[in-house]
Amino acid sequence: MNEANDLAGGAVADQPTGAAAPGQAPETAPSGARPGAGRRRAARGRAGRGGSEPPLRHRIITVSLLTVAAIYFLTPVYWLVVSSTKSSSDLFGTFGFWFHDPHPLDYLHRVLTYDDGIYVRWFANSLMYAGVGALAATLMSAAAGYALAKYRFPGREGIFNVILAGVLIPGTALALPLYLLFSEIGLANTYWAVLIPSVVSPFGVYLCRIYAAAAVPDSLLEAARIDGAGEARIFSTLGLRLMTPALVTVFLFQFVHIWNNFFLPLVMLSDSDLYPIQLGLTSWQGYADRQPELYQYTVGGAFLSVLPLMVLMGVLQRYWRTGLTEGSVKA
Amino acid sequence: MRGVPRRLTRAEARSVRAASGFLLPFLALFLLCFIAPVGYALYESLLKVERTGPLGLGGETKQVWAGLSNYVHALEDDRFTAGFGRVLLFGAVQIPVMIALATGLALLLDAASARWVGFFRTAFFLPYGVPGVIASILWGFLYVPGISPLVEMAHSAGWDVDFLGRGAVLWSIANIVTWQFTGYNMLVLIAQLKAVPGELYEAARIDGASAWQVARHIKLPLIRPALVLTTVFSLIGTLQLFAEPKVLKPLSNSIDSGYTPNLAAYNEAFTSNNQHIAAAEAVLLALVACVLSFGFLRLVGQRGKDGESG
Repeated sequence: MNEANDLAGGAVADQPTGAAAPGQAPETAPSGARPGAGRRRAARGRAGRGGSEPPLRHRIITVSLLTVAAIYFLTPVYWLVVSSTKSSSDLFGTFGFWFHDPHPLDYLHRVLTYDDGIYVRWFANSLMYAGVGALAATLMSAAAGYALAKYRFPGREGIFNVILAGVLIPGTALALPLYLLFSEIGLANTYWAVLIPSVVSPFGVYLCRIYAAAAVPDSLLEAARIDGAGEARIFSTLGLRLMTPALVTVFLFQFVHIWNNFFLPLVMLSDSDLYPIQLGLTSWQGYADRQPELYQYTVGGAFLSVLPLMVLMGVLQRYWRTGLTEGSVKA
Repeated sequence: MRGVPRRLTRAEARSVRAASGFLLPFLALFLLCFIAPVGYALYESLLKVERTGPLGLGGETKQVWAGLSNYVHALEDDRFTAGFGRVLLFGAVQIPVMIALATGLALLLDAASARWVGFFRTAFFLPYGVPGVIASILWGFLYVPGISPLVEMAHSAGWDVDFLGRGAVLWSIANIVTWQFTGYNMLVLIAQLKAVPGELYEAARIDGASAWQVARHIKLPLIRPALVLTTVFSLIGTLQLFAEPKVLKPLSNSIDSGYTPNLAAYNEAFTSNNQHIAAAEAVLLALVACVLSFGFLRLVGQRGKDGESG
């Protein structure tokens, strides 16, 4: 489905209107009947694209450049796919860009069962940190952004500016003192040590405020108030619904952010049962000198961990684009 | 504002009450996870440990006031300052290269002459789904002689490359970061490009502007806010550089314990057990990040007053 959609999407995406929905048939686009597009369009048969068709030479140059870039971005992924089917000795002994005696299922099974299935546990931890963390972060950002956009109260701009400054503070500069702080109150080396800092997203608040200011009309809120609805009810039924596109963006950003975060869990956790997947894989890599089969487990584990997120990226970059646009247009 | 009639105050009070209810959960955790650590780091950075036993060994330890001596110690530490210089050099080269690449790809994908746009966009964005640690492990394998097919191919072409040598390893790390984040920055830029009204391009085309002229004189100025945004985020990311050198460290002799400021602070805290120096280094890192990002925003803010952004 993705392949067909991509082809159609490609034709639609560079229409001058730019706002066409992905998957929309080119024929239905309103730009079809534009004057001046006649000459080349006849040659193309079914053409929905406005303006004149670029010359073949341009198309070849553009597509060649794009292909070179695609090779750069996809080569390491290809290597990972090939290497996840090899044993540790074949990793060293055979050419990296081609298969040699592949046993994908067997090796991946060993990754999953090694050390009583610790890998599965790490994976579940990562899902929990990123899923729960991103959900809580989205709800809190939505409430805070909504409050900053839709209510007038003293100190509003001051609070907003402090939150904005939070966007510019490097997360890793915070992680060390946070660890010292959490050690004092006994939270270090627990699930909470990773989860609590993960639900605070200043950028999410920023995005939600901008979006709520533009997408939630005051008149609607007034009407709901006159009907006797409480503020919490208005927020949960009207506000959240109108802010949905921004909330999707915040959720995805935060999910990827937490999933990719390495420094925070590295600092906070010493018990390997609490590790997210990244931390677990680096610990395997660290032992690989002494236990060579861990090379193969590291590669296989990396492959398995990357798979779901890459599928997610492929599907989501379409939706994500709309959310990003909202953020930057109204900024 | 001063002459607010009495009857408005009930609505105002209701507004304040509702707003604080919505803000409270976020602000409480923001206080715990942002304000408190900053304060705590500042406090810790001004203390040091003094041992009271004989010869300063064993016995009781207590924290005493240290003034700015931890900062002096950090700034006099050649490794730490060299690490700072290294990430600044890294940023000065890697960020422009990555942003230029992202802009080029965004414009190419947005050009009328592009084909298979969906496929290419997905391919470029895919590495963003690979966490920094995994990307480093992955590229690490592609850099290490013995495993790397790249080194092998170069060798058989009569070219001996050492991706992990003293001069090269910083740029090998730059390559990992570029590989990971170009697609993401490109997507932000594409989002901004799509937000530009199509009539603008149409008008330019009717006026006889070439595709190149449209890109250079219409599209590029219009995506300026997104360029500023991506540059600032890249800047903050660069100063925090950690996972890549940490993962590559076992593979390369050229990466020492203070290779980046973050690595230095981490090792100070967990290897040398000196949390006060580590706190001072974390504060310095945050300070430089804020100064640089605000400085950059001011710089472009002064030059870009013509746009309606902001």
